Amino acid sequence: MIPTNIGAHDYFHKVVDCQWACPAHTPVPEYIRLIAGGRYSDAYMINWRSNVFPGILGRVCDRPCEPACRRGRLDQEPVAICRLKRVAADLKDDINDRLPKQPGKMNGKRIACVGAGPASLTVARDLAVIGYRMTVFDSGAFPGGMMRSQIPKFRLPDNVIDEECGYILNLGVEARYNHWVNSLRDLLAEGWDAVFVGTGAPRGRDAELPGRQEAAAHIHIGIDWLANVAFGHTSRISPRVIVLGGGNTAMDCCRSARRLGGEDVKVVVRSGFEEMKASPWEKEDAIHEDIPIINMHVPKEFVHDKGKLNGVLFELVRAEYDATGKRSLIPTGDPDVFMECDEVLVAIGQENAFPWIEKDIGLEFDQWNMPVLNPATLQSTLPKVFFGGDAALGPKNIITAVAQGHEAAISIDLFCKGRSLEDRLPPLTNLVSQKMGIHEWSYDNQVSEEERKKVPVKALEKTLKDIRLELEMGFDPYMACSEAERCLNCDIETVFTGKTCIECDACVDICPTECITFTANGEENDLRARLKAPADNLEQALYVSDVLKTGRVMVKDENICLHCGMCAERCPTGAWDMQKFFLQTAEAGMEVRKT
Amino acid sequence: MTYLAKPRLLRPDTPRNTLGYTRRDYEGAISTLCAGCGHDSISAAVVQACYDLDIEPHRVAKLSGIGCSSKTPDYFLGNSHGFNTTHGRMPSVLTGAALANRDLIYLGVSGDGDSASIGIGQFAHAMRRGVNMTYLVENNGVYGLTKGQFSATADKGSKSKRGVVNNETPIDLVALALQLGASYVARSFSGDKEQLIPLIKGALRHLGPSFIDVISPCVTFNNHAGSTKSYDYVREHNDAVNRLDFILPRDRINASYPPGSLRRIVQHDGSILHLRKLDSDYDPSDRIGAMNHLQERHALGEIVTGLLYVDSSAEDLHRHLNTVEKPLNQLGDAYLCPGSKVLEALNASLRRS
Repeated sequence: MIPTNIGAHDYFHKVVDCQWACPAHTPVPEYIRLIAGGRYSDAYMINWRSNVFPGILGRVCDRPCEPACRRGRLDQEPVAICRLKRVAADLKDDINDRLPKQPGKMNGKRIACVGAGPASLTVARDLAVIGYRMTVFDSGAFPGGMMRSQIPKFRLPDNVIDEECGYILNLGVEARYNHWVNSLRDLLAEGWDAVFVGTGAPRGRDAELPGRQEAAAHIHIGIDWLANVAFGHTSRISPRVIVLGGGNTAMDCCRSARRLGGEDVKVVVRSGFEEMKASPWEKEDAIHEDIPIINMHVPKEFVHDKGKLNGVLFELVRAEYDATGKRSLIPTGDPDVFMECDEVLVAIGQENAFPWIEKDIGLEFDQWNMPVLNPATLQSTLPKVFFGGDAALGPKNIITAVAQGHEAAISIDLFCKGRSLEDRLPPLTNLVSQKMGIHEWSYDNQVSEEERKKVPVKALEKTLKDIRLELEMGFDPYMACSEAERCLNCDIETVFTGKTCIECDACVDICPTECITFTANGEENDLRARLKAPADNLEQALYVSDVLKTGRVMVKDENICLHCGMCAERCPTGAWDMQKFFLQTAEAGMEVRKT
Repeated sequence: MTYLAKPRLLRPDTPRNTLGYTRRDYEGAISTLCAGCGHDSISAAVVQACYDLDIEPHRVAKLSGIGCSSKTPDYFLGNSHGFNTTHGRMPSVLTGAALANRDLIYLGVSGDGDSASIGIGQFAHAMRRGVNMTYLVENNGVYGLTKGQFSATADKGSKSKRGVVNNETPIDLVALALQLGASYVARSFSGDKEQLIPLIKGALRHLGPSFIDVISPCVTFNNHAGSTKSYDYVREHNDAVNRLDFILPRDRINASYPPGSLRRIVQHDGSILHLRKLDSDYDPSDRIGAMNHLQERHALGEIVTGLLYVDSSAEDLHRHLNTVEKPLNQLGDAYLCPGSKVLEALNASLRRS
C-alpha cells in the first residue's frame, strides 16, 4: 500500500467515527471531554456552533453518531453521546454573552426563509451574524416547525424549543408568524435577494383501505393528530387504539395515546421488528410503556358499523428476500386477524407538498414532485431559491436539516456575493500534540471500564397521566462525568513518524488491542490478513507508514484502537505521538485567510 | 514508561488457546522499564510462547535475580509462581525449587550482570548440574540500573554512551553454556520475535538445562553508534545459522522443504524442532563445532544466532540424583520424616563396623 496521507483532512476525520457520522460533523469527543471536566457552557457552545439546537437534539436527535461509536465495537454499547449533549444544555450557565451579535452594519441583502423549522432557523442564524437581514415566515404562531408540532412534549418540552429558537431570533431575525406563504411567485416579486425553502414534509401518508372514508371520524393521520395534541386541540383519545406504522412518528403516536386515555394501545407494523424504521431506543421506550408491537401484519380493512369503527382487519405476511436482497412481503395464507379498536392513528410515512410553488416560474420538479436541486449547494433551478431540511431531499431528521441549513447558508452567501457556488471552503482542521510529560497527556487516557449509564426517568404512573411532563430527567453531573469518561477520545490521533522509529517493537508489545504490526508491505487485502490481529472491518482504514530502515512498514488497523496512547508512552524516540485532531466545518461568510 | 495498567477491554474477536485463555491472560503488571527496552519485547515473547503452548499459568515458576532483566518476570505470567532472589543467586534458589517439585516448568530470568558478573559461579553450576530449566539471559552489555557502565559481556572495543572504549575481554555466556553441558543452547535478539518465540517454546519443552542468550538493546545507555548491542548493530551483524519452527505433537505439518535444507529433531515429550538451515555447513548436534563456529564468527564481529546446539536425549539433575518423582509437598509428613528409628537404622548402615 502507498503510505497514508494523514495530511488529507478526511483521513483523521474518518477515525473520529461519531463526528464523521454526524451530518453536521459536530466535534463530539471534544465536547464530551469538556462535559467530563464540568465545562458545560464550553461544551454547549461547541454544539451550538455546529448543530444549533443542542438542548433539542440532546433529547430527540436520531443520533447517527451512536451506532458509529468505536466503543460500541469493543464494548457492549456506545457512549450515550446524545444524552451527554443534553447535559451540556441542562447544566450550562447563562450563555447569552457568548453568542454572536448582529453586526452593526448590515450588508443590505434581504433573505426570506419559508418555514420556521430547524433548516430555516439554521440559515437565519448563519446569515444574520454576517450582516444579512433575515425574515422567517411560518403559518404557525411559534417558531420550531415540526420540532414543536410533532414531537410530544414529554420528550421535548416547549421551554427548550423557546430557548434555542430564541437565541436565533434575538440575532435580529424578523419572524412573521401566522403567515401562510401561498405563492412563491408573489414572494419572489417582493424583491428578496434569495429565498430559502424549509417547509418540511408536511403531509402524512394515508391508508387508502376499505372503510377509510366511512369511519373517517375515528381514523387520524399521525402527524396531524400529533400537532393537534401539541397545540392542545386534542386532549383525549378512546381507550382502545391501534397505531399503524413502524417509524418514529408511530412511536410518538402510541406513547401520546397512552397519555391521553389510551389503555389498550398497540402498534401494528407490516415489517419485522428489526426492519422497523423507528430507532431502537424509541421502540424500547414504547415497550417500556406497555405498548405491544405486532409485526408482519398488513392492514386490509377498517371494519365499521355505519361509520362507527369496530376494528382493523389484518393479513399475515412473511418476508422473503430475492438475490439482490430486496424484500417482499408474501401472505402466509393464515386466516386474517381482526383486532378491535375505537380509534386508529395512521403513521405510515410523510410526503412533501409544495402546493404554493407555481409550476411555471422556472423551478423544476422531478418525477416524484421533489424540487430538482444540486445536492451539494441545495440550489434549485431558479438560482435565487434554495432548499433545505425535509423539503430538500425528502424526510430525514433534524440534524440533517441543520447540516443542510449550513450548506444552504454558504450557498446563499456566495450567491449574494456573485461568486461561484462551487467556491466552498474545506473544513478547518488542526492537529496538535497533546504531550505534557513522559507519561502525561492533556487528556485522560485511562480507558474507563464502566458500563453505559441509563438516563433516569420519572415514574411511569406519574408520566402516563400528564402528557406535558418530561419523562427523562437527564444525567446528573456524576453520571454525566462517568458516561463521558467512557469516550475513547478518538480525536486524539496516533501519529507515526517513520524517520525516528528504531523498530524496537515497544508499541506492538504494549498495544492492548493489537492494532500495530511491523511487516513487509503488500496489497491491502494481503496486509489485512497478515496483521497481528486480522483487520476484518473493511470500513476502517489501515494507517501505513513509509518503508522503514529494515525494509518493513508500520501498519495500524484503526478499527479498534482505544486511543489510550500507550504506544506513544512506550515509544523511546517519540515516533508515536498523540495529537488532537480538531475539525470544524466551514461557515457562511468565511474567507481563506491571506498569509 | 507508563503508570496506567493496560485497559482490560478486549477486541471482540480476541483469539483463545485450547485452555480458553487469551494472550492477555499471560501478561503481568505494566512494565516500569524505560520505553523501548528490549526486555519488554522478551517479556512479550515469553507471553506469546506460553499462550501458544497452552501452558497453565500456575504450572510455571519464574525466578530471577537482581537488575533490569530480573524485574521483568513481574511483567509477564502474572498468574504464575514468582521469586525474586538476591543478586546472582537465581540458579541456586531455582535448583532447590526444582528439586523439591519437579512438576513445575522452571523459567530462570537473568541479565548479563546477574549471570556474567556476580552470579557467574551460580550460572556455571546450574548448567553443569543439568537442572531442568529454561535459563534466559536478557543481555544488553551494560549496567542499566547504575547508569550504563560496561558489563562483563560488553565487547572489547565497543564504546559507551559517553565515548569510553571498553578494553576488557567479554564473557560469552553461550560459549560457557556449551562448554559446561547445557543441552539446548540458543542465541537470539529481542528485536526479532519471529526467531525468539520458537526458541523459547523449544526451550520450555526441552528436558535438561536450556540456555538462551537474548541480545536486548538498552535504549537508554547502549543504543548508540559504537555500541555492539544496539538495534542497528545487531540487525546489521546478525548471522543466523538456522530458523526454528517449533511444532507440538498435535500440530499438522503442512510446510514442505527442499531436501537437505531441514533438520528435524524430536524432543523427549514428542514435540518437534524443525530447523531450517541458513548456513548449510552448520550442525546443531556438534557441540565442539558449535563452539568453534561461535569463536570464528565473533572474531569477525558477527553475532551468531539461532538454535546453536541441542541434545534431545539429554538427562537432567533428577535422573543423576535418582530423586523421588513426586513433589515433596505431596509426599506427606510420615514419608518425609519417617522418625528416629529409621534415622538410626540409616546411620547404622553407614557405620563401618
